[in-house]
Amino acid sequence: MNLKPETLQRIEEVIPHYPVARSAVLPLLHLIQEDAGYISAEATEWVAARLGLQPINVLEVVTFYPMFRQQPIGRRHIKVCRTLSCALRGGYQTCAAFEEEFKVHRGEVSTDGEVTIEFVECLASCGTAPVVMIDDDLHENVDCARARELSARIRAEAAARR
Amino acid sequence: MPAPAERRIIFKHIDEPGYTPDLACYLRHGGYATLRKALALAPAAIIDEVKKSGLRGRGGAGFGCGLKWSLVDRKSGKPIYLVVNADESEPGTFKDRYIIHQDPHQLIEGIMVSSWANNVRQAYIYIRGEFPHGARILEKAIAEARAANLVGPNVLGSGYSCEIYVHRGAGAYICGEETGLIESLEGKRPYPRIKPPYFPAVLGLYQCPTIVNNVETLCHVKHIVDVGGEEFAKIGTPGNTGTRVLCVSGHVRRPGYFEYEVGRITLGQLLHEVCGGPLPGRTFKAIIPGGSSAKVLRWGETFTLKNKDGSTRTLAVEDIPMDFDTLAACGTMGGSGGVIVMDDSVNMVEALANINAFYAHESCGQCTPCREGSLWMKKITTRMVHGQARAEDGALLQGVADQIAGRTICAFGEACSWPTQSFLAKFGDEFRAYPAAKTAPRPESVPLA
Repeated sequence: MNLKPETLQRIEEVIPHYPVARSAVLPLLHLIQEDAGYISAEATEWVAARLGLQPINVLEVVTFYPMFRQQPIGRRHIKVCRTLSCALRGGYQTCAAFEEEFKVHRGEVSTDGEVTIEFVECLASCGTAPVVMIDDDLHENVDCARARELSARIRAEAAARR
Repeated sequence: MPAPAERRIIFKHIDEPGYTPDLACYLRHGGYATLRKALALAPAAIIDEVKKSGLRGRGGAGFGCGLKWSLVDRKSGKPIYLVVNADESEPGTFKDRYIIHQDPHQLIEGIMVSSWANNVRQAYIYIRGEFPHGARILEKAIAEARAANLVGPNVLGSGYSCEIYVHRGAGAYICGEETGLIESLEGKRPYPRIKPPYFPAVLGLYQCPTIVNNVETLCHVKHIVDVGGEEFAKIGTPGNTGTRVLCVSGHVRRPGYFEYEVGRITLGQLLHEVCGGPLPGRTFKAIIPGGSSAKVLRWGETFTLKNKDGSTRTLAVEDIPMDFDTLAACGTMGGSGGVIVMDDSVNMVEALANINAFYAHESCGQCTPCREGSLWMKKITTRMVHGQARAEDGALLQGVADQIAGRTICAFGEACSWPTQSFLAKFGDEFRAYPAAKTAPRPESVPLA
């Protein structure tokens, strides 16, 4: 496993938070996914070995929780809320606007590897629907026009990196 | 009758200009005075105040907080854990988000007071994975409180020690169910545990006695110790004490969060006066009053309720007070306080298809009736919405829903079948008319599924 030194340090800090090491499975998976972008088979085995578990004990967690993924995704992760309050205020159209902007279907990575668009369930900000999370940041009242603005910003940020 | 004024206790400082989530700001506003006061009181005396207050849990079930605490096994010799349910994920609910992001020390003080009262030495905040900033804000706030000797060893020189750690979930709704949450905190799939024997108060986290409380509930505990249980019980209405944060979303002009004394505001006042009424040119059609699993109410319906003396009274839907007991008497629930409003632009088959997709996605899969039933309800409503509705679909949905509730380990079985059952009961005509109506174009409608 090729993890950053700060990730390894945080892993060592979090394990003693629990009287039973197995409790650290979720925190470790979060830290590894933040570092490596996804949970590889190697990472699953590494976590199991570090916590004294069987690999299946870790794999069953990775496959259950929607936020953990076993493949890399786009550089930017656009998560559009699909649930009722957002849908009532146009969440499906917001998602379609992002798909159109990046020419990619939800659940797929854009051909340039820049974005992954996903429908997710309730983000708990129903009063400012429709809402979207881009990476760790919540965006509120994202109608189609706002979705196009946010898309333009993502493209500009990608261009600035090149 | 005009709507009463908001009474902000929990949300007192939310959106206040200049109010920041750091310790210095909280201390300037009198923060942690209640913890000092609590540490001078006997733990049993605090539990007594919470019992007197009548506080009911704000997470969904409305179970008495003092009663929950009194069920804790204190003779086992095992450590007692406090787990804060910050997994806010019932669709339509968005109150804890603002407490966590804007006033984290209020929650931490509530945790410390409750921990002292229950001889808890270790508390965990289980926060949903979709609040990454919230988790960081809480961790920073805990570190500040630890540095100021408000959390950790020998709190304020009292000899009492208690640690708090933040534990992030990873996007699974079922972790809001308290025994599923405990399994998740143990590093496993969040399969809810069967009760009996696994009542958290006796066999919870690591098979030790455990208290699981909602974020808003723990904030209320701080205020109960502040003013005393009897004073707190004067807020709200008998049996439905205190304030609660109501979250309104969907088809109103001014959605948002509003804190009212429990039962002092009616559904009609909330939606018309506070939230500005329906969107221009629209009328209300359906209301889900307590998060998406609560049974739907039809705008315009009336209820015949029993009074204490045995007589009956008639109540229109807009006159329902937003408390626990009246909403239950009307066949639904106050739940998590999330009010979802649908207007006459909504087709109820499509709204149910949206809800069913949520529950099918979130069923943990442990119990067959729920795993298969939630999936089939989704498949049927999705098929209906996508041009293949059949006349018998309503009856088919009813048959599936009726075989789930009461046959599962946890309340998810009820949560996923109540929407289908109540939509059919209140809007059955739309399900019968849908196969024909679907051929007529509805250009103004917003896709829901």
